[in-house]
Amino acid sequence: MVAGGLGVGKTTAVQSISEIATINTDNWMTEPGRPLDALADGQGKTTTTVAMDFGRITLESDLVLYLFGTPGQPRFWTIWEDLCRGASAALVLADARRLETSFPAIDYFERDADIPFAVAVNRFDDVLPHPVERIRAALELPEHVPLTTVDARSRSSVARALITTVGHSLRQAVLASGGDASGGGR
Amino acid sequence: MTWLAGLDPTRWGRPYTRVGGRIRTPRPLLVHTLVHVPHYDASVAATLPPWARTLYQRAAASSPVSLAELSADCAIALGVARVVLSDLSAAGHVHLGSGAQDPRDTVVLGRVLDGLRKLA
Ligand SMILES: Nc1nc2c(ncn2[C@@H]2O[C@H](COP(=O)(O)OP(=O)(O)O)[C@@H](O)[C@H]2O)c(=O)[nH]1
Ligand SMILES: [Mg+2]
Repeated sequence: MVAGGLGVGKTTAVQSISEIATINTDNWMTEPGRPLDALADGQGKTTTTVAMDFGRITLESDLVLYLFGTPGQPRFWTIWEDLCRGASAALVLADARRLETSFPAIDYFERDADIPFAVAVNRFDDVLPHPVERIRAALELPEHVPLTTVDARSRSSVARALITTVGHSLRQAVLASGGDASGGGR
Repeated sequence: MTWLAGLDPTRWGRPYTRVGGRIRTPRPLLVHTLVHVPHYDASVAATLPPWARTLYQRAAASSPVSLAELSADCAIALGVARVVLSDLSAAGHVHLGSGAQDPRDTVVLGRVLDGLRKLA
């Protein structure tokens, strides 16, 4: 999953690395009647419509990685739970100039979801207004959560951010299996 | 396929009215659940409402295909596709994978990492 607030570069990142034209569709992720402030049109619609990016990378002939770029207010959203159940890892993108737009996504993965996540700060125009460790402090990220930077327009840069993310998930999975002989992986 | 009989296939409205307002399926269908059409039957397709026919035909054409890809490909809301495919499966027209594969299996994650390293 690729998450984060509006405008942090989710669509750009998924497009950079997907082998198919990313599907960014309005009606794909509709859910019946859930109030979502940022998206509600105030017209009493009974369906919440969310644009969602969908991309695909074929890694081997029998191994496909799907990318779901999902906007930032995941809480209360059952479809996010479904996405998490099938997810290998989550990457939260952030814009260093507007870190707060990615707080809800970080909150969600930290507290409400059982899925390893990493954070990547999108290097818009190669300008990082703060050192990465200052950003970690501002995000109140636990030490074990990887924090990196990314150029969302670059395929290899996005690949490296995904490597950080999946690598973290792998380490957590190994820890979980090694740390508990009864196989209590959650 | 009970809901199919009572619906006017020409009526397009809010997505969830097409499946009688249902959002739940008997068992969880995850985004990576594989959809497989073992025996495509054109006469079955002919009896289906447009959205179900679209899903059935596209699934047959690229079988097996993940639920996510299929619904995105058909531009049919994931939740709607889920209910329709669940009904198609109950009627024996499509096969749904168990979805039981652990997406955080260490072997799978290791292979994903190896694959990504080739792109970096
Ligand atoms: N200069 C620059 N612009 C970017 C970068 N990533 C995204 N953008 C632009 O920022 C805007 C928002 O990006 P988008 O991917 O749509 O964000 P989303 O809302 O998270 O999907 C778009 O106009 C992008 O072209 C980047 O790394 N550098
Ligand atoms: Mg976007």
